[in-house]
Amino acid sequence: MPLAITDLEQLQTHPAIAKLLAWNPAAVEGAKFDRDEMTIYIERSVIREACVLLRDDSDCPFNFLADVTCVDWFPSEPRFEIVYHLLSIPKKERVRLKVRLGSSGPALDSVTSVWPAANYFEREIFDLFGVRFTGHPYLRRLLMPEDWEGHPLRKDYPVEGYR
Amino acid sequence: MILNMGPQHPSTHGVLRVILEIDGENVVRIMPDIGYLHTGIEKTCEAKFYQQVVPLTDRIDYLCPLTNNLCYVLAVEKLLGLEIPAKAQWMRVMLNELTRINSHLVWLGTHALDIGAMSVFLYCFREREDILRLFEMVSGQRMMTSYFRIGGLALEPPLGFFERVRQFANRFPEKVDEYENLLTGNPIWGMRTKGVALITAEDAIALGASGPTLRGSGVDFDLRRDMPYSAYENFKFKVPVSQDGDVFARYICRVQELRESNAIVQQALDGMPEGPIKADAPKVVLPDREKMKTQMEALIYHFKIITEGFAVPAGEVYQAVESPRGEMGYYVVSDGTAKPYRVHMRAACLANMQTLPTMCEGRLIADVVAAIGSIDIVLGEIDR
Repeated sequence: MPLAITDLEQLQTHPAIAKLLAWNPAAVEGAKFDRDEMTIYIERSVIREACVLLRDDSDCPFNFLADVTCVDWFPSEPRFEIVYHLLSIPKKERVRLKVRLGSSGPALDSVTSVWPAANYFEREIFDLFGVRFTGHPYLRRLLMPEDWEGHPLRKDYPVEGYR
Repeated sequence: MILNMGPQHPSTHGVLRVILEIDGENVVRIMPDIGYLHTGIEKTCEAKFYQQVVPLTDRIDYLCPLTNNLCYVLAVEKLLGLEIPAKAQWMRVMLNELTRINSHLVWLGTHALDIGAMSVFLYCFREREDILRLFEMVSGQRMMTSYFRIGGLALEPPLGFFERVRQFANRFPEKVDEYENLLTGNPIWGMRTKGVALITAEDAIALGASGPTLRGSGVDFDLRRDMPYSAYENFKFKVPVSQDGDVFARYICRVQELRESNAIVQQALDGMPEGPIKADAPKVVLPDREKMKTQMEALIYHFKIITEGFAVPAGEVYQAVESPRGEMGYYVVSDGTAKPYRVHMRAACLANMQTLPTMCEGRLIADVVAAIGSIDIVLGEIDR
């Protein structure tokens, strides 16, 4: 299997990365091309603007938000990775955006104003990982009961739950 | 007035609860409330070996277990970099399309039942029974099949299986005519579905809708054709699209898909390649029982896979397939051990259900039932 390419210099010809770099070079923290899938690490404070930019790109509009999820890398820091899977329906391309978050009071901008589809995905992450999304219209628990304590998909939460 | 519908309401297909704010018969606001079927499957996956996750995936979307199996095994095979033999790929396509027919039959029967057409339900379940018998024949199970394994298929298909599938595929188009005779030209069906629960293409894309819910609004996109996986690039089929964006449009898309899926099954039967059904990867794929009894090496591999699993190279993969309900995606993260670090399922129904307020607000309560039926929800997939 070919090794993953993680050098931003080699990957900057990719249209989405080129677009982001031209807009704000500080927005891209890194990139990875592995198993035919492109991952772009985005600076946490500009995620919403970066999503608007990619959605409205005239050459390759990533108009469909397929999925948002989270990975907990406990105990290493930064602990959380928020993962966005974008799809371009006209160009049939996919790209993955990632934002890294530390363990103390994890929060970032909501993208519900960019794609209303993010509503349930972000609520699910809030519910199961305890990451807050600022600007979300209705940030309540989605799957677990309202009075549940803890966030079950965190790695320090036992598989059998607390009994 | 606030009206509570579900979670035990018969037309909510399981345990969906919707809170309706109504003014007379008109819906002012609609709020789906989910989570009644949450079983924490994503958390359970993290505590299992890679091969032990396959039976869990059946239970996510219980109307299309084989599609879930396929999506998961494709993701893990991509992480491992495995080559799958042609016969296994074609079998996967064929069984996936039978699953699609099975799922659409349940949808058509229950959706018609919700709106008041009782007899369609009985017709649909008649053919569904035939498909379930085929699944039982090939995998030993009617519903929770777990037939696809990482690296290929669980078993060689039994003798006479392909003839049975062909008999089914030959008589099925007539049955679709029967359903269409009952519904498509029926004026009552038309009144309950045409112009009801409208959604535009822009709204559907922005809200993350996929599958027939998206194609019913005029977006011509199907992962099987546009981003092919398994062996779908070898098959010729039409993708039904309707421009109207109402309940009837989604109905007509799915009914056309029944015919197209049946055509794919026939193509798969005609061109089914010969050869092995498992990849040549002894560290990942369980050996045949026969070899286990005669070769020491096979016995050792079997013991090792069962007791300590197999390590998957570190990395991450997002694999999407076209399920009967839309884009089903598995995001699998590996940290190099024998257990997945994270498995996330992108549920097509969860995103599709976000279209419900756009479809229903400002319309009658009776249309809510038609709208819920038309997006074909499966609560097992929504709550996971």
